[in-house]
Amino acid sequence: MIVEFIPRAVVQGIPLLFGSTGEIITEKSGHLNLGIPGIMYVGAISGVIGAFFYEQSTPNVQPFLAVLIPLLCSVLGSFLMGLIYSFLTVTLRANQNVTGLALTTFGVGIGNFFGGSLIKLTNSEVPSIVLSATSRCFKQTLPFADKLGVFGELFFSYSFLAYAAILIAFIAAYILKKTRVGLNLRAVGENPATADAAGINVGRYKYAATCIGSVIAGLGGLYYIMDYACGVWSNDGFGDRGWLAIALVIFAIWKPDFGIIGSFLFGALYLLYNIVYTYMKIGFIEQEIFKMAPYVVTILVLIAISMRRKREFQPPAALGLPYFREER
Amino acid sequence: MSKKNKPEKSTQEPLFHIVKRSGLVWWKSWLIRLAAIVLALIFSGIVAFLLTKENPISLYATMIDGALGTKRRVWSLLQNLAMLLCVSLAITPAFKMRFWNIGAEGQVLIGGLATTACMILFGNKLSSPVLILVMIVTSILAGAIWAIIPAYFKAKWQTNETLFTLMMNYIAIQTVSCFVYKWSVPKGSGKIGEINGATQAGWLPSIGGNKYLLNILIVLALTIALYIYLKYSKHGYEISVVGESEKTANYIGINVKKVIIRTMFLSGALCGIAGFLLVAGADHTLTTDTAAGRGFTAIMVSWLAKFNPVYMIFASLLLVFLEKGAIEISTVFGLNKAFSEIITGIIIFFIIGSEFFINYSIQFRESAKEEQK
Repeated sequence: MIVEFIPRAVVQGIPLLFGSTGEIITEKSGHLNLGIPGIMYVGAISGVIGAFFYEQSTPNVQPFLAVLIPLLCSVLGSFLMGLIYSFLTVTLRANQNVTGLALTTFGVGIGNFFGGSLIKLTNSEVPSIVLSATSRCFKQTLPFADKLGVFGELFFSYSFLAYAAILIAFIAAYILKKTRVGLNLRAVGENPATADAAGINVGRYKYAATCIGSVIAGLGGLYYIMDYACGVWSNDGFGDRGWLAIALVIFAIWKPDFGIIGSFLFGALYLLYNIVYTYMKIGFIEQEIFKMAPYVVTILVLIAISMRRKREFQPPAALGLPYFREER
Repeated sequence: MSKKNKPEKSTQEPLFHIVKRSGLVWWKSWLIRLAAIVLALIFSGIVAFLLTKENPISLYATMIDGALGTKRRVWSLLQNLAMLLCVSLAITPAFKMRFWNIGAEGQVLIGGLATTACMILFGNKLSSPVLILVMIVTSILAGAIWAIIPAYFKAKWQTNETLFTLMMNYIAIQTVSCFVYKWSVPKGSGKIGEINGATQAGWLPSIGGNKYLLNILIVLALTIALYIYLKYSKHGYEISVVGESEKTANYIGINVKKVIIRTMFLSGALCGIAGFLLVAGADHTLTTDTAAGRGFTAIMVSWLAKFNPVYMIFASLLLVFLEKGAIEISTVFGLNKAFSEIITGIIIFFIIGSEFFINYSIQFRESAKEEQK
């Protein structure tokens, strides 16, 4: 039962892990990017567009290109979204909440629009967007996974993007904690005026953190569509995972390595209703109650960290505040 | 090469620097906003042209037709405008206090749920005026309680309200979804359908044959009331002081915690009214999509209007017009409805960007030198 369940929770958790790692990096620079849900949609749809054109152009799909093209498209798409956000909030000093929400509206719109109209716009003759060939390349697992039984299923049954997510989270944690770049970034998020006085280029750090964060978050969308959804685009299929990724940032108390465990836990919570249904045969009404689980847990964590007021559990001090050198 | 240039560069002034404006004449700032909207419309016209290969002017004609083409469309536009405006009004006191209430979606839904519950449970037991009164009171209380929970934690422990209210949205959605299953007609279909369709118990009456007129009038009254409340009452003053600086507020003897909780009560109560109007005055049913993203759109409306209830009428009109128009374009050209979200996004980006040019001016090197002389 557990062996069957853990891989499912992990697969659910990986998009959230991408999203939260990206958002943690962004928030460390003092920017609360509420555009993450939109960015993840754009990351997904850019990959889909890339893969769609590639599959249309060639009858026999090369595995290497089939992975590379959607990956690059996805990175480019979410990078541009990050650039819009940072241009508006850093250079033009716009309100972060409003910009973020507008970005989410925009991104979800882009995703659903191209997802719903791509076939019409390109006049192609397929009934719906099904990228099974690309998805197969993305889902390629290690060859020896099947031979290792339970152990193999628990640790080696995932696709390369899942391992990339974990690796990126570890690297992000290392950079934030141990390197000078990470220290500077944290300084920018805690107190940009002091960081500026210390000779750190605040604007450049904010831009870089936002754009890199966006790209990482966008990969979560790509993973969802290519791996979890088997290359089938459905409008609003990604659902509220973007917001859940923002919730995960709190749950992980702004530490990417905590985010790894947190994302698996969130994946499990996300599936909780399904598990309880399978084993206890509850009705629809009770299932809906169990679907609240991740959000309730996030609120409890949020309350707990604010009540304990321990310094390392707090969000970056300048989170959400614009910085303008002349206004100190 | 760069090393050689460096010492010379440091003595030179930068190409331009940014100065905060002390205040811009009102018509100039509105000119800048108007220019931003025009630019945004041109830009989205280009985007629409690239996607549909149609003449942009005929595209805009389609938009206007979609929003205002028939009498029914005008009423539908006004109803949507009133609803968006109502939610925008609701979040404004909180936003003015710098309490980032992004939980309006959930507060509206819970208000709608309370209304639905009254309509279903008391539909045959109470007379219509009493029933409507009970519905109003319960939905106001439901919305207010939903908003006070994060406010209490914010006041007491400084819990981050942006994330708290965001999470409350999903709890509200799941709660509604739960009750939708419970009350679904026929049982197990997952849809409530029209409530009290035969008796029309709890439905808001139509005035002069116009189903939405009462809704619109109520929201108009709320707009005026909130304008007066924010501008002329002591509460409104306290809200602005807490928003500007909590330290100042403490110093001059304002009880910040009380103001936060009181303002969020108001914010939630107005959201509850929006939920009530949506269920009793328009939809006569409840789904998890009853609020339809207005909780989020309202934030942009409120902010675009500089938290001024009267400007909010125009801001909501702009957004509702765009939505209706873009939906028409997508129907006519067989595109996906999400086209309207793209257009809305582009317009908001432009307006957000234009605020910079209202608040700051860019001075180039030469002009800075001239000023020194």
